[in-house]
Amino acid sequence: MNKIFLIIQREYLTRVKKKSFIIMTLLGPLLISSTMILPVWLATRDHAEEQKIEVVDESFLFRDSIPPNKNIKFTYTTASLDKVQEDFYKTDFTAVLYVPSNIITGGGTVKLFYKEQPGVVTEEYIKTSIEEMIYNFKLQKNNVDLKTIRNAQTSISLITEKIAKNGSTERTSTSMQMGVGLVLGLLIYLFIFLYGAQVMRGVIEEKTSRIVEVIISSVRPFELMMGKIVGVALVGLTQFLLWLILTFSIYTAAQTALFSGIKAEAVQKELVKEQVFRKGANLEALKMDKPGKHTAGAYEALDTFGSIDFVSIVACFLFYFLAGYLMYAALFAAVGAAVDSETDVQQFMLPITIPLVLSFVMAQTIIKEPNSSLAFWFSIMPLTSPVIMMVRLPFGVPWPELALSMSLLVLGFVFTTWLASRIYRTGILMYGKKASYKELWKWLFYKG
Amino acid sequence: MELFAARNIVKRYANHTALDDVSISISQQSVFGLLGPNGAGKTSLIRIMNQITGPDSGELFFAGEKLNQQHISQIGYLPEERGLYKKMEVGEHALYLAQLKGMKRPEAMKKLKVWFEKFEMTSWWKKKVEELSKGMQQKVQFIVTVLHEPRLLILDEPFSGFDPINANIIKNELLRLKANGSTVLLSTHNMASVEELCDEIALLNRSKKIIEGSVSAIRKSFRTNTYEVEFRGNLLGFTNALWAGAQLLEQEQVEDVCKVKVKLLANTTTNDLLQAVMRVSEVQGLREIVPTMNDIFIAKVNE
Repeated sequence: MNKIFLIIQREYLTRVKKKSFIIMTLLGPLLISSTMILPVWLATRDHAEEQKIEVVDESFLFRDSIPPNKNIKFTYTTASLDKVQEDFYKTDFTAVLYVPSNIITGGGTVKLFYKEQPGVVTEEYIKTSIEEMIYNFKLQKNNVDLKTIRNAQTSISLITEKIAKNGSTERTSTSMQMGVGLVLGLLIYLFIFLYGAQVMRGVIEEKTSRIVEVIISSVRPFELMMGKIVGVALVGLTQFLLWLILTFSIYTAAQTALFSGIKAEAVQKELVKEQVFRKGANLEALKMDKPGKHTAGAYEALDTFGSIDFVSIVACFLFYFLAGYLMYAALFAAVGAAVDSETDVQQFMLPITIPLVLSFVMAQTIIKEPNSSLAFWFSIMPLTSPVIMMVRLPFGVPWPELALSMSLLVLGFVFTTWLASRIYRTGILMYGKKASYKELWKWLFYKG
Repeated sequence: MELFAARNIVKRYANHTALDDVSISISQQSVFGLLGPNGAGKTSLIRIMNQITGPDSGELFFAGEKLNQQHISQIGYLPEERGLYKKMEVGEHALYLAQLKGMKRPEAMKKLKVWFEKFEMTSWWKKKVEELSKGMQQKVQFIVTVLHEPRLLILDEPFSGFDPINANIIKNELLRLKANGSTVLLSTHNMASVEELCDEIALLNRSKKIIEGSVSAIRKSFRTNTYEVEFRGNLLGFTNALWAGAQLLEQEQVEDVCKVKVKLLANTTTNDLLQAVMRVSEVQGLREIVPTMNDIFIAKVNE
């Protein structure tokens, strides 16, 4: 027991001290948090610039009526476009908006002249404002009552609620469940691949450097294999944990540094608004500075975040994360022991990668029908259950199914470890020989 | 006293038998040579002795007890295919291997310092293994093999990769260890070092043990009654004088000194030989040619 601890310690420390580990640990959170922060920052920066726009309105429809917002102010002039353009740099206007006389009849182009390129938000704001005003104008001209139209426009929001057997109801959000499921499934998939391959490379390194025979004269091959697998798992967990902590701290630090004065919530709101705007949602919501229907949807999703049972999901995640990794890592170790160099691994990798990749591909289908029989079988089979069960979990899985899946996974892990240790103990002492599947089969039955 | 014994060891792999009923016995405080051509089964036997693999049948004993996991810390093993983790620091690596053999870290540290000073390699402690030359790495490996003062040392080709000076240092260390009570099993193709170091040997060929015993006894048993005679005089006269009691095998003449090898036939003694040749030449020397381990090895393996 003492020796396996020594092995775990070495495997862990040498990997954690590596430059590549340190770089990855620092770069990962930077990348993640910058993808979270950057859009918000860009959005707020855009809003920060004040736009004073001089309007040359040849149609005489918009005088004093384009609604300003807190950043965009309009000033109306009767001067000609030529004159205004000539004097542009003498004034402190940031842009000139030109509306041609034939704007209603169609064919006219609205133009915005600027000194410095205005942001996309400004452009969108002007475009949708004018569009809506023309729309209203046309309705009035044709004697259609604006109120009738408004009343006819209906927007409903669909709320999904789960009724449990005991009659209590619970608000759920399918998109949120899909998101959580997919992200967790993807994490497990990546973790198994990245760190499983590390185990394999470690075994190959020991084989090619010929250290292995020295080590196994002191410890049993099984201890060496398990020590490596557990050591690498701890490296993975460390990296995962550091990523969580670092991402969170960088995100928080960047938020306070970049948006001091603005509450995080406000920033988030801006972002949602921005997205709504990009999607071309109705202007009304923006003008009133109230959440529109999309915004409301997003907030609802955030509200239902609490409806997912996070404690049990995190517990299950850790279980599938570790058990799935342990099961696959043993196979990766066996492959490492069966080959002589990394270039030879291809032929043995296929049986490992197929179920993994398959489960990841299936996840996209299963997420849409989490209670189908397809979903059931894939979340029961040990080779695919770590990814698929994580995808299903946020939608709720009956506990007998979960228990069956978990115990089968544990059995799967015990079986692959047994299988791998038989191949491993023979393979690590075979030098300069490329093994075939037939030989691997024979190795299984060699006497210790 | 017997320290290690293997009795009737059989080890089969899928397509061939690696060891066929092999028994050896290693006396305490001796150097035992395990010889044989490539593929004879030496490595298989050594791996079984180290409990890396198990025999299909047969028994192993260490100091009278059945060989078990407890004995691992009393055996030091230097495999033929040996290496180190390239990215580790030398000192840390040596400590790691010592701890795997069951030593406590402070104790291992203390002993390592002594050995590193003795071999003048203290400056390597913080270096990465990959920065060392092959010979330097071999020294580190030798140290970690003997560091925990095992009762039995199993060394597979310990001199490969060493220059003659370092090979000599290792040889002297082995003799010193033996004097201090250690027992050594030496597997090598270097027959000169076998004659120099080994007390007893076993020769394996094609999975079977074909010779065993003390080096001097084996060499004696392979005597062919061949002598080398050095003399001044006429070679032709010498040849004629040999008469029917001896047979000329080889001859060589440098200026007026001749060196010949003769094989005495049955019932002829060295005195007969001398009497015969003294009449025609001035004899300067006579010595028996005892076959070297090299000769015996080649002769037996080719049989």
